[in-house]
Amino acid sequence: MVAAAKLRRAQDAAEQGRPYAEKFNHLLGNLALQAGVGESAPALLRGTGNDQTHLLVVMTAERGLCGGFNSNISKLARAEAVALLAEGKTVKIITVGKKGRDVLKRDLSDHFIDHVDLSGMRNIGYGDARAVAENVLGRFEDGEFDVAKIFYSHFKNVVTQVPTMRQIIPADVSGGESSEAGAEFYDYEPDEDVILRELLPRGVATAIFSGMLENGASEQGARMSAMDNATRNAGEMIDKLTIEFNRSRQAVITNELIEIISGAEAL
Amino acid sequence: MADKMQFDLVSPERGLASMEAKEVQLPGAEGDMTALPDHAPLVTTLRPGVLRVSDGQSDREFVVTGGFAEITAESISVLAEQAMPKDDVNGDVFANMVDVANEKLAKAQAQSANHPASVDDAAKYLDDIIAMGGEIGLSANR
Repeated sequence: MVAAAKLRRAQDAAEQGRPYAEKFNHLLGNLALQAGVGESAPALLRGTGNDQTHLLVVMTAERGLCGGFNSNISKLARAEAVALLAEGKTVKIITVGKKGRDVLKRDLSDHFIDHVDLSGMRNIGYGDARAVAENVLGRFEDGEFDVAKIFYSHFKNVVTQVPTMRQIIPADVSGGESSEAGAEFYDYEPDEDVILRELLPRGVATAIFSGMLENGASEQGARMSAMDNATRNAGEMIDKLTIEFNRSRQAVITNELIEIISGAEAL
Repeated sequence: MADKMQFDLVSPERGLASMEAKEVQLPGAEGDMTALPDHAPLVTTLRPGVLRVSDGQSDREFVVTGGFAEITAESISVLAEQAMPKDDVNGDVFANMVDVANEKLAKAQAQSANHPASVDDAAKYLDDIIAMGGEIGLSANR
């Protein structure tokens, strides 16, 4: 029952975090729509005008024994990395969580630039996500990469977790209403540019945070169903072995009886 | 004319309030403001401060450390960086906020060569935090 409690807690955290992310994307989408993605837009929205260097932030768990959870995320990340490399792009990888690092180490270790350790963190807080975001943003400002994507597992329910890739830099602003739908025109205080400049870095932190929360819930769900399967498998195996044991015991007894009887008959 | 609007206060970690409100007082970045129903659409940044929501009978107060507010005629959504009910903010929590602000300032000063504006921002943030403490009767005692 401990696993169920953990799952519930992680699931709660993920669900509590969703309204913020939704409202945030809505706000950012509207703002970007209104401000327009022009020459003067901040680099976090517009991009650097290049897409030569890609940063992949691969978020996985610290521990294994949770079914395909870690390997599914890693597989998606690897496929993306291989595709980018085939196009001649430069790939840099930041791993969050030990397991993804272990899996990708085999063939992509040359591309690792950083690792964020999550062990010892029992509950993921927004502060943790912001630390990762600041790390990423700092590198962006130093011009280390042009495009950033995060990899995590979207929690659908206990048995289904969908490995997901999401672009965070330049920001994906599809959350806004289309202008035809009559999006409201807002006043801005202070002006649009200032708000946008504040909003965008937080958008990165928010995306990473919601990825972490989804991951937390997915990990618990995946582990629970993996363990459930393991228990069921073991149960079946025990049944089979019990029958085999009984059968061979019976065979031994029968053998002994035959020996005794045939011995008695010989006299 | 509607006399009530939907008020939502969310932080990244959880939703704190979702209720009907008659009047919301916000610590806007360029000054406090009070929003009534049928307000013109407005998006503003928030500075650290106290947010008051009134539904006509009672008031609820929250402490926010910054974020954004989206105001429309029917609703107000506050996306706070960090938010909690005012009563939960005791001396320890406040001291922690001040520490964080101080750290930010120190960090900004260390990198001031590259980003001179960020030192001002961090200093203002610290001032706002201390002012907010004064508003709810806590002092930074240092």
